[in-house]
Amino acid sequence: MSGLVTLHGLGRERLTGILDKAEGYVGRGPSTDFSGATVTNAFFEPSTRTRLSFERAAHRLGAHVMSFSPELSSASKGESFKDTILTLTAIGTDVLIVRHRLADAAALAAGWSARPVINGGVGSREHPTQTLIDALTLRQEFGRLDGLRMAIVGDIRGSRVARGHLIALPTMGVELTLVGPTPFLPQENPWGVRTSTDLDDELGDVDVVYLLRIQAERGSAATIPSIAGYARRYGMNAERLSMMKPTGVVMHPGPMNRGVEIDDSIADGERSLVLRQVANGVPVRMAVITEALEGGR
Amino acid sequence: MIVIRNARVLTSSGIEETSVVIDGDTVAAVGAEPEANGHQVIEAPGAWLGPGLVDLHVHLRDPGQTWKEDMVTGAKAAAAGGYTALVAMPNTEPPIDDRVTATAVAERAAGIEDVEIVTSGALTKGRSGEELADFDGMYDAGIRIFSDDGDSVPTAGLLSRAMAYLLDLPGALVAEHAEDRSVAGTGQLHEGAVASRLGLAGLPSLAEELVVARDLLLAATTGTRLHIQHVSTVGSLDLIRRAREEGVEVTCEVTPHHLALEETAVEGLDTNFKMYPPLRGRDDRTALIAALRDGTVDVVATDHAPHTTAEKEVPFEEAPRGVIGLETAAAVVSSKALGKDPELFFERMSIAPARIAGLSRHGRAVEKGSPANLVLFDPDRRWVPAGFASKSSNSPFVGMELTGRVLMTIREGKITYEGGSG
Ligand SMILES: [Zn+2]
Repeated sequence: MSGLVTLHGLGRERLTGILDKAEGYVGRGPSTDFSGATVTNAFFEPSTRTRLSFERAAHRLGAHVMSFSPELSSASKGESFKDTILTLTAIGTDVLIVRHRLADAAALAAGWSARPVINGGVGSREHPTQTLIDALTLRQEFGRLDGLRMAIVGDIRGSRVARGHLIALPTMGVELTLVGPTPFLPQENPWGVRTSTDLDDELGDVDVVYLLRIQAERGSAATIPSIAGYARRYGMNAERLSMMKPTGVVMHPGPMNRGVEIDDSIADGERSLVLRQVANGVPVRMAVITEALEGGR
Repeated sequence: MIVIRNARVLTSSGIEETSVVIDGDTVAAVGAEPEANGHQVIEAPGAWLGPGLVDLHVHLRDPGQTWKEDMVTGAKAAAAGGYTALVAMPNTEPPIDDRVTATAVAERAAGIEDVEIVTSGALTKGRSGEELADFDGMYDAGIRIFSDDGDSVPTAGLLSRAMAYLLDLPGALVAEHAEDRSVAGTGQLHEGAVASRLGLAGLPSLAEELVVARDLLLAATTGTRLHIQHVSTVGSLDLIRRAREEGVEVTCEVTPHHLALEETAVEGLDTNFKMYPPLRGRDDRTALIAALRDGTVDVVATDHAPHTTAEKEVPFEEAPRGVIGLETAAAVVSSKALGKDPELFFERMSIAPARIAGLSRHGRAVEKGSPANLVLFDPDRRWVPAGFASKSSNSPFVGMELTGRVLMTIREGKITYEGGSG
């Protein structure tokens, strides 16, 4: 079984292999036809963009898509997570994509399901396909990943995207700096990366400013006194962009809070890679689903 | 009559390799053996024979949650772990917070044969942290230990009133679970490297230490005896040491799992490693072991907290807190913390907890005339915990090789457990 529960433990070769495979899908159709296969989106947490992106990827591979959302199912009637996973597997699916607010949901599902599981974002722990998408986007932009410097800015403590990046981007040669107010920085730094509370100090040194969404729904807004204050200290605007190298770019996993972590002029400007990140979601997820379908057979 | 020969016996003058004769509910002789035949003779070279273990902190889930455990199965688990007496926490359903409930529970406990069960009572009505519980009624029903375990008494004002009142009831003890909820928040595991890496909300040491500091100040002011439950941090130990130097009458306990395991054990998010307080860092564990040896920590208490497999087989953040401990404690404590020192083992596992709980028939050196509440323990026997006498099996030590096994438990002269061969 070759799902993707975590990027943890994957070496540079394996990660590069997935990116190469995804690159092969950019602008082209798949060489293998998976018609007859079924991919299930088991999204226990609302997410339109990620769900649609996985759906589009599955369709382009010719697979059927089943969608599960807890508010429309017995999960809202108190069915346990385990029973839901067993039920979805028993109905018949070839791959299960799990998104959940709890950190161990994908790993648990992989243990219970007889089919490969793809982590579609769990807890504040990891969002592996987002990390792969961002790596692919950067590789396209700079022609390499080795030696790139990225500042991840925002609520690192509460971010599954940041943790996924911390797991895999250094393996591929990207040097990370975590930036945000102290309540947003992790209490401990087991990764041994650079941390900073002053974005302006970092801007001149980095190739990429990676902005995280200030997630009111995940409680990050509750740990700082005001969103406006955050925007003043950390919001990406024209003045801050001018402090970056001329080749520097800005990324964001979406959805953006315009006027908070990113200004309109930056989001829509030519140094923003945001829409390319979104577009790369489909080929990357095609590559991951392909591996799961091939491994599951 | 039962004769146990050649064990290393904890007598009033220390450890002696000798024979012990049990007749009825008392120790009939130490050193001399009876002439006649027909006794049960147990050869126990190398094994430790001492007072039955006493646990100041167990959750028997009875009444109210008897699918997890009840008095009968809890007592069987206790006997299998070498225990002859238990203090049951009052966070049952309903909570033990008045005369009627306390009397009913005490009456049922009196009918349990495998172990002596003493119940404790809540500090606040319904454990709601809002008003004082019926201390007089519970005291009349025999309760001496008062705790809202599972929660701290939330406000200093309420706890100081509880302490002031309990000062007038001889032998009463306030036992506190130290956890400041405003700091603990939705914390799931120790706020350290593992929590940061996994992105789970952490439980900072501070959540415990704030309450320990507050409670010590209140105890110093009121003069009430205070017992801090399941201490887990270096900072708490320092606070307790300092308060004791200043004359505060405080005792404290540590659990076997905090002596044996660290936060890194939680990395795989196995829910059998989820409990409060959480498994802490290396420095904390090392300090707890040192404190148990030097006496800063008075006793080991298991915080035996049964939950069924179905309840624990859920995502980590949704799993209930707590692990069972009665059946593995002796092995874990002797091999991982006390360096196979029988005198220290019986002091921390039996003598001190019996003294704190005021249990006169337990925790006494083995000598002619002492009550036959005893445990025979082989400190070298290796085994791997698998099945449990408890109704639940939520132990972090499942599948882990342990050293030290209870061979026999005797309560009031009757053998309540015999095994350890598996
Ligand atoms: Zn407790």
